[in-house]
Amino acid sequence: MTSRPLALFRGSTLLRSLAIVVVAGVVLYVVTDSLDSYRNLQLAYGGYYFCVLAGLTVLAGSSGQISLGQGAFMAVGAYAFCKLNAAPVAWSVFPSLVGAVVATVLVGIPVGAAASRLRGPYLAGATLAFAVGLPALADKFPAFLGGENGLSVNPPTPPSWLGTNFSLERWEAWIACAGALIVAFVLYNLTHSAVGRSWRAVRDDEIAASLSGLRVGRRQTLAFVISAACAGLGGGLLAAVLQLTSPGAFPLQLSLTLLAGVVIGGLGSLVGAVWGAALLVFLPNWTNDLANSFSLSGNVSHNLPIAIYGVVLIGAMLVWPSGIQGALRAIGRTIRPAIASGGGRAAPEPAADKAEPANDEEVKASQP
Amino acid sequence: MTKFIDLTLNGISTGAIYAAVALALVLIWRSTRVVNFAQGAMLMFTTFIASAVINSGGSYVLGFVVALASGFVLGAIVERGVVRRVENAPPLNAVILTLGLYTLLVAIAGMIWGNTPRSFPAAFSLHGYTVGGTTLLFTPNDTFIVLVVIAVAAALAFLFRATSLGLRMRGAAFSPEVARLLGVRVGRMLTLGWALAAMVGSLAGVLVAPSVFLGPNSFDPILIIGFVAAVLGGLDSPPGAVVGGLVLGLALSYVSGYEGASLVPLAALVILVIVLMFRPTGLFSATKERRV
Repeated sequence: MTSRPLALFRGSTLLRSLAIVVVAGVVLYVVTDSLDSYRNLQLAYGGYYFCVLAGLTVLAGSSGQISLGQGAFMAVGAYAFCKLNAAPVAWSVFPSLVGAVVATVLVGIPVGAAASRLRGPYLAGATLAFAVGLPALADKFPAFLGGENGLSVNPPTPPSWLGTNFSLERWEAWIACAGALIVAFVLYNLTHSAVGRSWRAVRDDEIAASLSGLRVGRRQTLAFVISAACAGLGGGLLAAVLQLTSPGAFPLQLSLTLLAGVVIGGLGSLVGAVWGAALLVFLPNWTNDLANSFSLSGNVSHNLPIAIYGVVLIGAMLVWPSGIQGALRAIGRTIRPAIASGGGRAAPEPAADKAEPANDEEVKASQP
Repeated sequence: MTKFIDLTLNGISTGAIYAAVALALVLIWRSTRVVNFAQGAMLMFTTFIASAVINSGGSYVLGFVVALASGFVLGAIVERGVVRRVENAPPLNAVILTLGLYTLLVAIAGMIWGNTPRSFPAAFSLHGYTVGGTTLLFTPNDTFIVLVVIAVAAALAFLFRATSLGLRMRGAAFSPEVARLLGVRVGRMLTLGWALAAMVGSLAGVLVAPSVFLGPNSFDPILIIGFVAAVLGGLDSPPGAVVGGLVLGLALSYVSGYEGASLVPLAALVILVIVLMFRPTGLFSATKERRV
């Protein structure tokens, strides 16, 4: 039935993911044109959140390590970007972003090597201390890192060939989403390769994995460094979009919010990271709007958004412990057979195709 | 030299508070294998209740007792109401759930009592002892703090080591199925574990409130360092929690006194990393065999 290019397309993870990235890029090109500048800015926020969440979801979902310190890696990326992009070095945006990733990898390697010795709550404790401790460095070196006020950079200028009335926000959305697409492409291919399989083997049973010849510590360090690199890129993009970085931009709450976004989106799933990023961008606005729509006293209306956020976290864990993506998959599993039997003409799928239902859905859902 | 003595004494009294917070976290970890990130918010909440009692004319002792009692009840409610439903879920779910609880409690406290920090009375004088003409930074209230934490740690040690209830609690935590077969009401023991832990936490809240003021977020740094202390000592070991708390209290007091307060979080990180590099499961953890 299926033609040969289609079979090739289905068989090759690389081609499939490349096609998705191209389609998503075209969609973004069209969509950013019709969005107003505020929505474009929100898209840019979503782009850098996605980078961080995707790295964290691979770390926690595939490799089984917890990190409460992603905010600190974002800080490393953001500060590196500002140092490279601002006056004395003055690289343009893309080399600076590469530099941000390199800097984060350099920090991530010793941290990841240390983290690979720790398990569960001990890892959580160490990364928590990392998230709290690292931003304090900015105070220690005020001349180099700008102290409390942080560092600032000039806004990225859209290249002239895009036309004179190409808005800054649209360009920022492009940069952030390009970063997000690269991250999605790399992580999708990694998790569907031998590396991803070795991570899952280590996660499920360390002893069995090491008996089959995997070097557990190195695999975990690799996962940690890759997730740190993603967070560093996210932080660099944040600095590029906000044109500012300061210790106050990376509080512990940021790291915890990132973890919450990953779990509520659906742990281990790149599409879940999209939901998580959307949630991190929109939820604060929604809860604020909701709180403002009631006429309440100062204390209550000021704290209502935080309360709603807490209720969402608790409710999500009690009702959908597998996150949004897990809930969608469960719905998909119940609907699909019903459609197939209701329509009557769909031939039963061969068993081999059913082996990886999760991946099929990821492909479909990542297109919008 | 006076500065060194001051910093040491100050380190002991803040260390006692870290130890109490770490004890609360360790008790919960031992009974349900959950790291309770909501602990900071729970002890904030009970301290606000104590503050309300004292402000409406109650004595300090009454406020103290009310704080402990409300901590006991709050811990039991939290375990029974929400945590029980994620105890068998992946560990990250429990982490997110307690973070959600933390957020919710902070918001509710802000709604009821406002976000402006308020003062909280101390049990005893906040004027330092005078020894040979120099006034130390150690106050009668600090003595009270240290003695109370020692008493609580001793009472817990007695409970777990010398009473039948403590044995049942340990059994329920160590091996729920076997304990259940032997007639232990495992669910009740877990609830009791949370209630006791929350009570120890609320004690820490009342003790530290005079020096940090009382606001919805004012106990966050204490919780973070308490958690680091618990991890440092080994999450399974109550003596480890006490030692971890005292070590961190002393070390951070020296760092803050000689190098500046802004380095405290960084110093906590460095200490934790150094200890965990040599003992990945904390100072006082038992060596675990690994089963294939």
